[in-house]
Amino acid sequence: MIFALAALSLDLVLGYGGMVSFGHAAYLGIGAYAVGILAFYGVDNGFLQWSAAIAASAVAALVIGAISIRTSGVSFIMITLAFAQMLYYLGISLETYGGDNGMPLRTRSQFAGLIDLRNPYAFYYLVLALLVLFLVLGHRLVNARFGMVIRAAKSNEPRARAIGFSPFRYKLVAFVLAGGACGLAGALLANQTEYLTPEFMHWTRSGEIMFMVILGGMGTLFGPVLGAIVLLGLEDVLSALTEHWQIILGPFLVLVVLFAKRGLFGLLPGEVLRDG
Amino acid sequence: MAEPLIVIRGLSKSFGGLRATDRVDLDVPEGETHAVIGPNGAGKTTLIGQLAGDLKPDAGMTRFAGQDVTALDAPTRSRLGLARSFQITSIFRDFTAVDNVALAVQAHSGGSFRFWRPARAERALRDPALAVLDSVGLGDRADVLAANLAHGEQRQLEIAMALATRPRLLLLDEPVAGMGLEESQRMVRLLGGLKGRVTIVLVEHDMDAVFTLADRISVMVYGRIIATGTPEEVRGNAEVRRAYLGEEATL
Repeated sequence: MIFALAALSLDLVLGYGGMVSFGHAAYLGIGAYAVGILAFYGVDNGFLQWSAAIAASAVAALVIGAISIRTSGVSFIMITLAFAQMLYYLGISLETYGGDNGMPLRTRSQFAGLIDLRNPYAFYYLVLALLVLFLVLGHRLVNARFGMVIRAAKSNEPRARAIGFSPFRYKLVAFVLAGGACGLAGALLANQTEYLTPEFMHWTRSGEIMFMVILGGMGTLFGPVLGAIVLLGLEDVLSALTEHWQIILGPFLVLVVLFAKRGLFGLLPGEVLRDG
Repeated sequence: MAEPLIVIRGLSKSFGGLRATDRVDLDVPEGETHAVIGPNGAGKTTLIGQLAGDLKPDAGMTRFAGQDVTALDAPTRSRLGLARSFQITSIFRDFTAVDNVALAVQAHSGGSFRFWRPARAERALRDPALAVLDSVGLGDRADVLAANLAHGEQRQLEIAMALATRPRLLLLDEPVAGMGLEESQRMVRLLGGLKGRVTIVLVEHDMDAVFTLADRISVMVYGRIIATGTPEEVRGNAEVRRAYLGEEATL
């Protein structure tokens, strides 16, 4: 479910904004490290930790976006990937915080007695509530003026410019919003695993999140959620059957990409919940 | 006398060794419909691109409504009142017709950093969009996906998007290209209805359309404007006949 949130945030950039960000796991990592590092110094306050996670990843997204959105296509993919790998190696080099071994989280975030994250049910429902909240926010966003602009720019950028939009600013804001949301997912992830490692930021992780979006359906709201559930579910089931489970998963992904234009979500009967 | 709406001086643009536009001078007064004709590769589309702000000129300057716009990009020029259509139809294919036009209205009505209220429910965007669609004859096609419109309808939609920005200048790159006779007649009627209300610069190969619509015509050959005048003057111009009409003697 945490990954569903991360995938949802990537979908804003990828599915609606048409920006193939191949470094989205970076924000997951930044969010997780923000929580972990604050906890390391004894700051357990969840409000503070999570705000820091969102702020830090949003700032990172602002910097990365300001540079990468000037490019497109393969350059854009490479730049976002390069930034994520840079942060990954930065994580490895931070010996104080465990280096490449990572470090355990001292304690889960504290919310002044409001909610106890050590209770697995409480944690589960909190994540669920946040996911629903972001689905609602996302739904409003993509259909509001702002969403119309980034979707128009994705659909036909020269045309968007010709009618008077300067897409750069809008794309950058979308990038930052997505980064911040993914940072929150990172904060949740750190709380769930109670451990943080640079692996959160590895490019294969970015790829995995991207698969969730593509599998579920780009440019749909529930698609990424569905994609995250199906992908993680398949990993579970298949890895129980055989250790070479990726041999089965790979062709499955290829088939989905080839035959389902809007991903699994597009295959649902009637597409009752179409976001278009 | 007031300065013409467009004043172009010495506008040049080269692609590699090719001089697409070569020291072009052009004045278009407010309200005029001005056609630019010439053989393929004469630089007409490059000229439109430079006027719209998509191509930065190597040299020369463009003034629009008394303001030097040479350094301004396309979105900024659009907000100043310059609208265009493209040679190859350019619309938001995966949006409905009315969405396409509403986006154009939106681009010219305040900021779009609004994150909550559904844009499709904003009457301030929807109503003008529907009115413009009506005016180009697409009123009953409002909810059709733009990709599913016929070719001629898509071109009409482009005009609607341009008009929705309430432009002072309309740049049209081959508005009747690829159309059947009936479609192109409908387009010519549509553009004729705009004559005088908005200044138009159009590039076109269809001579029927050009001589029906244009108040004045400029002839471009190898990146240069070799003649400008009324349709009669251009028809009678010896240099034009030599350089251009030799190929299309039917003018």
